[in-house]
Amino acid sequence: MHRPSWVPAEVDLSRPSAARVYDYYLGGSHNLEVDRRMAREAISLWPDLPAIMQANRAFLRRAVRYLAGRGITQFLDIGSGIPTVGNVHEAAQQAHPGARVVYVDSDPVAVAHSRAILGGDEQTAVVHADLREAETVLEDPAVRATLDLDQPIAVLVVAVLHFVSEEDDPFGAVARIRDRLAPGSHLVLSHASDEGRPDAAASHRELYSRTPTPMTMRSRDEIARFFDGFELVDPGLVWLPLWRPDASDAAQHPERTTGFAGVGRRG
Amino acid sequence: MAGRRDGGDRADAAVQPDPVGALTARWAAAVAGTSYVPLPPDEVAELLRGLLHRLLAAVDEPPLRQASVGKQVGAALVDAHFTNPQSLSQTLCVLLDGRPAAGAAGGRGEPSGGGEVLPDPAPPDRRWNALVATVAEGFSAALQERALCEQEEILAAAAAAREQASEALHVSQERFRAVFEGATIGIGIGDLEGRILDVNPALMRLLGHPIEEFRRRSVQEFMHPADVEHVWRLYGELIRGERDHFRLEKQFLKSDGESVWTDLTVSLLRDGDGRPRYQLALIHDVTTLRHLRRQLEFEAQHDALTGLPNRRTFLAHLDAVFGQASPGARAGLCYLDLDGFKAVNDTLGHEVGDQLLVAVAQRLVSVVRDRGLSVARLGGDEFVVLVPGTSDSGQLVALAEEVLAAVAQPVQLGGRRVEITASVGVVERSIADIDPAELLRAADMTLYWAKADGRSQWALFEPERNAREITRYRLSSALPAALAGEDLRVHYQPLRRLADGRLHGVEALVRWEHPRMGLLGPGSFVGLAEESGMIVPLGRHVLRAACRQAFSWFGAGRSGPFVSVNLATRQLRDEHLVDDVRIALADSGLHPQQLQLEITESAVIGTDPLTGHTLDALAGMGVRLAIDDFGTGYSNLAYLRRLPLAELKLDGSFLRGLRSVDAADPVDVQLVGSIVSLAHLLGLTVTAEGVETQAQVTILRELDCDAGQGTYLGRPADPADLGRLLDPV
Repeated sequence: MHRPSWVPAEVDLSRPSAARVYDYYLGGSHNLEVDRRMAREAISLWPDLPAIMQANRAFLRRAVRYLAGRGITQFLDIGSGIPTVGNVHEAAQQAHPGARVVYVDSDPVAVAHSRAILGGDEQTAVVHADLREAETVLEDPAVRATLDLDQPIAVLVVAVLHFVSEEDDPFGAVARIRDRLAPGSHLVLSHASDEGRPDAAASHRELYSRTPTPMTMRSRDEIARFFDGFELVDPGLVWLPLWRPDASDAAQHPERTTGFAGVGRRG
Repeated sequence: MAGRRDGGDRADAAVQPDPVGALTARWAAAVAGTSYVPLPPDEVAELLRGLLHRLLAAVDEPPLRQASVGKQVGAALVDAHFTNPQSLSQTLCVLLDGRPAAGAAGGRGEPSGGGEVLPDPAPPDRRWNALVATVAEGFSAALQERALCEQEEILAAAAAAREQASEALHVSQERFRAVFEGATIGIGIGDLEGRILDVNPALMRLLGHPIEEFRRRSVQEFMHPADVEHVWRLYGELIRGERDHFRLEKQFLKSDGESVWTDLTVSLLRDGDGRPRYQLALIHDVTTLRHLRRQLEFEAQHDALTGLPNRRTFLAHLDAVFGQASPGARAGLCYLDLDGFKAVNDTLGHEVGDQLLVAVAQRLVSVVRDRGLSVARLGGDEFVVLVPGTSDSGQLVALAEEVLAAVAQPVQLGGRRVEITASVGVVERSIADIDPAELLRAADMTLYWAKADGRSQWALFEPERNAREITRYRLSSALPAALAGEDLRVHYQPLRRLADGRLHGVEALVRWEHPRMGLLGPGSFVGLAEESGMIVPLGRHVLRAACRQAFSWFGAGRSGPFVSVNLATRQLRDEHLVDDVRIALADSGLHPQQLQLEITESAVIGTDPLTGHTLDALAGMGVRLAIDDFGTGYSNLAYLRRLPLAELKLDGSFLRGLRSVDAADPVDVQLVGSIVSLAHLLGLTVTAEGVETQAQVTILRELDCDAGQGTYLGRPADPADLGRLLDPV
């Protein structure tokens, strides 16, 4: 059922949160026992998971550096989770000290944590909103105060769209965001797919059904549809480790990351 | 070791072996993938190389200093996010494998050449291993610290999020409470058993119960005696989860025993899993609204003055009677209109007129009520009674008489006695033969007959008369088109001098060649034309045609035969008549003395000054004036002397007694003779109309009558028959 925006979300610490489980995979301690229990169970079923999450995080870092190198100084990270290690604003500000970043997440704890970390940094903002309500995100006063949407920005939807089921129309949400973007803006996207490990995907989906954000894995073709209206930059939509790898990275069995990544440019 | 080997193998001293680089590479490879470090591989290698240099530099420091550096390096690994214990074990494996050749501490500017000289007498591996151990200590301490910090952070974030949510929840609850308390609409919440859990102040005020009373009662106890079954059927469906809401108007009993009409919406509230949980009622008072609506409905259906059903309601009722009638059913109308009501308004004022209408309405109601009928006011002073299920017209005639009698009773209005009568049109028909609109039209027509026949009476609808009226109506409405087209013809009948049979004149007689009804004489339509006013253009048309025709026959001479044209009374009152005559003469070229205008006695009785002037003007122009049908009207002989007349046309009825010479009625002979003498005395010529026999000609000739007109002397004919007209008989 739709919840009016003025009715507060509940903070339920008895259920695992995707953001905190992700932090655990990355070796962080921003997580609770309920998260770690789920993560350990997941790893026991699928030992590659930490490596997959690392590959995803590494893609995020490479993509931000790539775009910063192309002159993008505004970033909208939707589904940012807990921005601890390797977060967007550090990577972006390394290249452009003036880079501005807005973190958006629907998890109230992740949002509170983000606010605590970022404190008074005026180049960043944290917004509690839901990707499914794209208009709310784009019209948020903090977003408007931090980013100039009439200039190119990078919208990051990294490892988040697989938490939006078909009935919540993720393609529509991305399209509505796309339509608001100035030419030269980019979409940075990674998405879990069951194409690499169909055997492991089912049990994994089962685990995430315990969280407030169950998973919907999609095929490469389906994922490619998110880039409608964008022009994919080289090398296109590829397995996570294959997207512009650092020189010495040698990825073996990239399909075992079971995630596709790509960056599209709005002309 | 590696350096020495390299040195021994290669002569080129410029290519120096790099033991630190090799160890760095091994170290980087060992820790790769153990933890997520947000750096590209070359930057990781750079980081490790720096740490390795610090270790090599510290290996010869005093133990305390050495331990400090080792712990810093361990902590630096954690800072770089080598947070997995595996990162530490891999690091230890690589570093304990042995320190690189001396001189690798070149980072501090020492020469990196020989590498054989150890700066300390103590066994180097022990010092190195001790240093590496402090790295492990630093790593563990930093990792523990980091984990504790992060735990603290996440718990603080969770607390902050909870606090914020609870604050928002509080605000939202406050807001809900404010809405609930402050709403002007009544709100009640109950469970599915019908227990009332909470109601807001608006609902308490609406029904007048305190909250305790609501909580004591169940929803079912708010049943109202007037509730239709439907209400509680909907309620049952809602409680069973078969519908999510319903809305209707329902009465509730207030604490003071009064009923209040409400607009009630009941919604089913479900929990997160879709199971029905509560019912929510939104109730607001629509008593006033309903009253107003009723009043508006009444006003839309009733006449404001008399309170009787209005035209719209009557028509709906009429339609309903027709719609529901069984085959063979009959129905009737009494259509009543006051006689001279306008005069009441004009003389006594509209207020009295309105009072009179109210009084009449009351009397009509008292007459029809006992019969189970109703009377409607159609507007103005028109009322109608609809009688369904009649057997014949007698019933309606009886009603009409009673109605007339009731209306005729004098009314006391403001101390004044007012008497009024009414006329009633009565129609009674089989429903199968007529539709509602036709029935009403027939009643209206019949009312008109009652008026035309002298008022203060009823008239009964007659289909034949109606058909005639309709024909008249159709002719009347077709006349303008006939006049504009070629359908009106003028025929001519000769007037012959009795002395020698020569032509005295011709009378112009209009004919209508009706496309469907054939050739119509003036009797069929001239009367209609007079009623409608068409007589004026019609008369003008005939006058012009006759003048043109006469000129073509008789030329412009001032003596000889004339053409005689009839003038209707209304034409005589038309201020343009003199001009019309002048123009007709001028256009045709006819001499005025060759034109005779026939007027009836009734047209000149009580002649008003204007008509007198008109006649004088016409006579002054030289036009002959004749009295038509002389002897049939009110024959005031005085006017014969006063008016500028030229001829009398003796009505045909005087000639009936003169049909044969032998059996002539002596009185008629004497009468006609006297009229002729009188006329001659006044200087008028006499033309006898209706001459049908030779005997009449003979007698009239003996009586010195000047001319005759009739079938014996020549029938009216088309102008093409001119030749025969000119011949003497």
